[in-house]
Amino acid sequence: MEDYGTNTQVLNVENLAISYQIRKGEVPAVRNVSFEINRGETFGLVGESGCGKSTVAFGIVNFLGRNGRIVEGSILFQGRELRGRREEELRRLRGNQISMVYQDPMAALNPSLRIGEQLAEVLIVHRSLSKDDAHRQCIEMLNRVYMPDPKSVMIRYPHQLSGGQQQRVVIAMALLNSPALLIMDEPTTALDVTVEAAVLDLIDELRREFDTAIMYITHNLGVIARVSDQVGVMYAGEIVERGPVEDIFLKPMHPYTQGLMRCVPKLGLSKESSYLYPIRGRVPSPMNLPLGCVFEPRCDFAREECRHQRPELQKMNHTHFARCHHAEENIGAEWEPPEDLASALTTARPFAEEPILRVEHLRKYFEQEQRSLVSLVGLGEKQYVKAVDDVSLEIPKGCTVGLVGESGCGKSTLARVIVGLEPVTDGKIDFLGVDISIPLDDRDMDIVKELQMVFQNPDSTLNPSFSVGHQIARPLVRFKTVRRNQVREEVIRLLNAVKLDQSYYDRLPRQLSGGEKQRIGIARAFAAQPDVVLCDEPVSALDVSVQAAVLNLLLEIQHEFGTTMLFIAHDLSVVRFFSDYVAVMYLGKLCEVGTAEAIYAPPYHPYTEALLSAVPIPDPRAKQKRIRLSGTVPSALNPPTGCRFHPRCPRKKGEICETEEPPPQLDRDGHHIYCHTPLEELRKVEPVVTIVE
Amino acid sequence: MRDIFSLVSASKVALAALAIVLFWIFVAIFAPVISPYDPLEQDSTAVNQGPSAKHLLGTDDLGRDLLARVIHGARVILVLAPVSVLCALLVGTTLGLSAGYSGGMVDEVVMRILDGIMAFPAILLYLIILFAVGASAINVVIAITIAGAPGIARLVRSLTLDIRTREYIAAAELRGENPFYIMFVEIFPNAWGPIIVDAMLRVGYAVFAIGTLGFLGLGLPPPAPDWGSMVARGRTYIWINPWAVLWPSLAISSLVVGLNLFADGLREEVTRYQ
Repeated sequence: MEDYGTNTQVLNVENLAISYQIRKGEVPAVRNVSFEINRGETFGLVGESGCGKSTVAFGIVNFLGRNGRIVEGSILFQGRELRGRREEELRRLRGNQISMVYQDPMAALNPSLRIGEQLAEVLIVHRSLSKDDAHRQCIEMLNRVYMPDPKSVMIRYPHQLSGGQQQRVVIAMALLNSPALLIMDEPTTALDVTVEAAVLDLIDELRREFDTAIMYITHNLGVIARVSDQVGVMYAGEIVERGPVEDIFLKPMHPYTQGLMRCVPKLGLSKESSYLYPIRGRVPSPMNLPLGCVFEPRCDFAREECRHQRPELQKMNHTHFARCHHAEENIGAEWEPPEDLASALTTARPFAEEPILRVEHLRKYFEQEQRSLVSLVGLGEKQYVKAVDDVSLEIPKGCTVGLVGESGCGKSTLARVIVGLEPVTDGKIDFLGVDISIPLDDRDMDIVKELQMVFQNPDSTLNPSFSVGHQIARPLVRFKTVRRNQVREEVIRLLNAVKLDQSYYDRLPRQLSGGEKQRIGIARAFAAQPDVVLCDEPVSALDVSVQAAVLNLLLEIQHEFGTTMLFIAHDLSVVRFFSDYVAVMYLGKLCEVGTAEAIYAPPYHPYTEALLSAVPIPDPRAKQKRIRLSGTVPSALNPPTGCRFHPRCPRKKGEICETEEPPPQLDRDGHHIYCHTPLEELRKVEPVVTIVE
Repeated sequence: MRDIFSLVSASKVALAALAIVLFWIFVAIFAPVISPYDPLEQDSTAVNQGPSAKHLLGTDDLGRDLLARVIHGARVILVLAPVSVLCALLVGTTLGLSAGYSGGMVDEVVMRILDGIMAFPAILLYLIILFAVGASAINVVIAITIAGAPGIARLVRSLTLDIRTREYIAAAELRGENPFYIMFVEIFPNAWGPIIVDAMLRVGYAVFAIGTLGFLGLGLPPPAPDWGSMVARGRTYIWINPWAVLWPSLAISSLVVGLNLFADGLREEVTRYQ
């Protein structure tokens, strides 16, 4: 406080507590939250879902809904108290000074109004500008958020823009009033990494240019490390640690923050540095918070007083605070990786000789329905979405192949075609010498059994009508893995394998948390002991601390059963720690295939290079090359000719990229790069990520 | 079951409606016990009478006791309406599940045929069917099944289209489950909330339909105590004896209102619950 003059302080939240009224009584959602944001500064609020991050934001703009209320504390905005005033007064006080950007841009834009009308309205209503002036200013603002061709964007409707562009429009709208405070609630969570990187750059630039105070809420530590100056770590409704970004990431004092750092993948150069160590247990529900320290039940260093006494926010130095009884002594620093886990992960897997699954020139086209009159009578030319186009891939036995790419590049389709959920358009899938490019119904039950899948969405992976035990038992019965009278025993064994006890047998899916559901999904996939398991983003919907546990669990089970895995992810850092081989996809084609080590070091395919430079790394010291792709992913309906990446490629060679499909260039150890740029040139490229160890 | 009860008891409207419906069910079950006379017994000395101590609701043109006929009429309608809806439910659900889950040609053919049926006004459809096959209890059930199934099929199909994309369906397919297992074991239990609410409304419509058919002389053949035919018969003497029309009409409307309000309350609670 003493460092900053009062006139630069935009927001000062003191001891804020917010509760929600529900049927059973009052639930404290937020307690003792204090922080301040100065002009031109970004305050990052990070925490897992349900920790009260968004509630804090809603509290500031008084948008708590009918059943929420601020119980105590104060919110000073530009030196004036916001709490306890009437709605009308509040509106005047806040005026146009606070703007908010939400996660879903489509929900923030009116789908039936043109972008121009929506933007101009802000200026016409709040600033009483004339229509022409407003229009001019809007175009200027769109230019500033790097919107390509702003004039034509003004007359378009929201659905005609891509997700990244929509979010830019929302940000432009938020900035039109030049607000003193901009609250952003997970603004990039729904976007692809390459788009996210561009939006984050933009936010940083705008903050400097407009001198706005930004409150940035996210669950993603990597994003926090990239955008924030000050960071608050929230856990179960409290800020457990607060301080400058370097301190939080390099010298975390609270055991929770330390634990979080250990369970996010770092994208380090060595595989060992990518190991994840989960935090046991889960976030307590606000209805029964622990009596003492909120983190005590999950803390490895909890002592007697942690159980009974709530710790105060302790001052580490004049900017760094931690809510821990033992922050001074920094007990968390004594942490050692649990031995069993470390050894399980470091045991080298035998590198397999022959592939168990071979995909050759696989194509999957979806017919696009035509709306024109000509095609209605069957004369129109049929159009196809080329979701997977001529992909060849080998999966060695017992290994894990990571499949990476942005959304819509055909990763999931490839997996669904392999397991048989989608029919093959063309090409061959060879599984242990058997051609399985036939519909699922025609496959032999023995083959069906050997290919199983772990799905992405914890809420739809389990049938809500049946108990957990029933759902795990079904594949056992179906595939006759064990005798009828041993099914129950086997289910319990599987439950134990996914670290759940047998009390889960009779529970229904709605009684489980996301991580638990995902574990059941894993148990179900592995129940019949398949040879190959395809995992379609199994952790992307989970919180980080749970993510790590589920990933490690998958690894452990894989070790136990010797299963081969195809692991799909959009996040290059998750795949890194997990895979023996990695394949990178773009618009239905492979760009690069190789061992995990080879993919993360030069030579890179230009697309891989761009992806790596976009991944947010949870380390403020990490140096990343700044490669931003222009434009958006083209439609798979009319993919670009030649190399599909050429319209966005920063290393485009020339005409050859537009006319000829790039041949696979072989580096070492089966590392293929599909690019026209000569390998020698690609080898000279510097590594994208450098982390100071 | 306890779930359903707690759902209903949360809504006052649904509770009141349930009371009406339960009243009629009680009347239907205990008809022989509570009925003062035989509904077919004619008394030529007391025709077209108003309410009196002897005949609480009066008598009709043949001197039959109106109370007895209304009570026994409840029996008829409370068997016919649920049975016909159950049949429609069976047909509609099967068609809807198959169309929604199979998609493609099956979906196209089934739904277009059902659309064709839906293009006829329901009442016209009843008339055509019953003129063709003759009036009887079973034929009434058949007519209501044919007229009701398309609507149910549409609802079930749309629910199926949504549920089909869930990952647990993909997991079932990966176990090589047959389509019937997937449709009836994996999909149906998750669709049945809205289906049951819809079925509740349909029982109400069916009561109406049966009443209408009875009125048009296409319900149960006389002298069966059918509410619809009671109204039709009493209509002739409406100026002399309005009671013969009033009581069966009241019976039909109270039962329909009860069923509809119950369905509404149920739906409200079901959606709030979700």
